[in-house]
Amino acid sequence: MAFKPIATTRSATGILTAKLAVWWLLASEVVIFGGVLASYIMHRIGHPEWANYASHTNTMFGAINTMILLTSSLSAVLAHRAAELKDGKQAANLLLATVGGGAAFLCVKSIEWTGEINHGFTITANGFWSFYYTAAGIHGLHVIAGMILMIWVSMSARKNEELHRVELVGIYWHFVDLVWIFLFPLLYIAK
Amino acid sequence: MADAHHAAHDDHGHGEHHVHPQSHYVKVWGALMVLFFISVLGPMIGIKIVTLITAFGIAIVKASMVVKYFMHLDVEKRIVHYFLAISLAFMFLFFFAVAPDVMNHEGRNWKNVAAQHAVEAGLAAGDGHGGHGGGHEGGEAPAHEAGEAPAHEGGEH
Repeated sequence: MAFKPIATTRSATGILTAKLAVWWLLASEVVIFGGVLASYIMHRIGHPEWANYASHTNTMFGAINTMILLTSSLSAVLAHRAAELKDGKQAANLLLATVGGGAAFLCVKSIEWTGEINHGFTITANGFWSFYYTAAGIHGLHVIAGMILMIWVSMSARKNEELHRVELVGIYWHFVDLVWIFLFPLLYIAK
Repeated sequence: MADAHHAAHDDHGHGEHHVHPQSHYVKVWGALMVLFFISVLGPMIGIKIVTLITAFGIAIVKASMVVKYFMHLDVEKRIVHYFLAISLAFMFLFFFAVAPDVMNHEGRNWKNVAAQHAVEAGLAAGDGHGGHGGGHEGGEAPAHEAGEAPAHEGGEH
C-alpha cells in the first residue's frame, strides 16, 4: 500500500498538506515582496530624481540573470515532469541543473554588485540604492534557500523517494523567478 | 516519448491530469524568452508609454505564464486561489493606503521637507555623471549629490 501516515502525504483539504504549506508560504511571500515592490513603486513615483540613479544599473547584468532564471525555471518544471513519470534520477539531475542556474545567477549578481559598490553605489548612498540592494538582496537570499532545498530534495529523489517534493520545491523556485520578472523591469528597464 | 503522453494518476493533490510532453514546456520557455527580448528592446524605441507597456505589461504576461504553465495554479484547488488573492488584496490595500502620503510631498496641512530637499538636490545633481567624472557606473556615490535624503523622510507634518 502506498499510504504513509505522515504529514507530507496527508491530504485533509483535498490538496496535499505539504503542497498547501508551500502555497501558504508563497502567500506570505507575496506580502513580503509585494510590500517591498509597492514601496519602491510609490517612492519611485514620488522621487523623479531616482531615474538618474537608476540609470546606473547595468541592464546587461539584469538581462543575463533574467535569462538564467527563466531557463532554471524550465529545468525545475522538467524535474517535476520527470518526477510525475517516476523517473527520480532524471528529476534529481534536473534539480541539480536548476541549482546550477541559481549559482550562475548569484555569480552574475556578485560581479554586478562588486562593480557598483566599488563605484560608491552602496546601500546607504540614497533611497534608490537602498531599495535596490534590499529588494535584490532578499531575492538573492531566496535563491540561496531554493538551491539548498533543491540539493536536499534531489538526494531523496535520486533514490526515487519522496518524489512529490520535486514539485513542491519547483513551485517555490518558480515564485523566485516570478519575483525577478517584476524586479527586472523595475530596477533595470524603467530608467 | 510515448510515456510522456499517458495520463498519470496524480496522488499529489490535484486529481487526475495529463503529463505534458517536454516540448510543451520548452515552447513556454521559448515564448517567455521572446517576451523577455521585447521587454529589453522596448525602451530603445524611446517612447515612454511603449516602454511602460513592454516592461510592465510584458512582466505581467510573463508572470501569468509562469504561474499557469510552470506552477500549474490553474489546476490547483480553489482554496489556493483564495488565499493568494487575499495576500494580493493586502498588498494593494497597503499600496493604496500609503501611496498618497509617499507619492506626494505636500498636503493640505503637511509638508515633507526632507523628501522635497532630496528631490531638489537629486535633480540639481543631474544624472550623476557631472560631478564625479564618470561614464556609466563611473564616479562616486551619489549620496552627497542627492543631499542624502535621509532615510527618514518624515519631514514636518
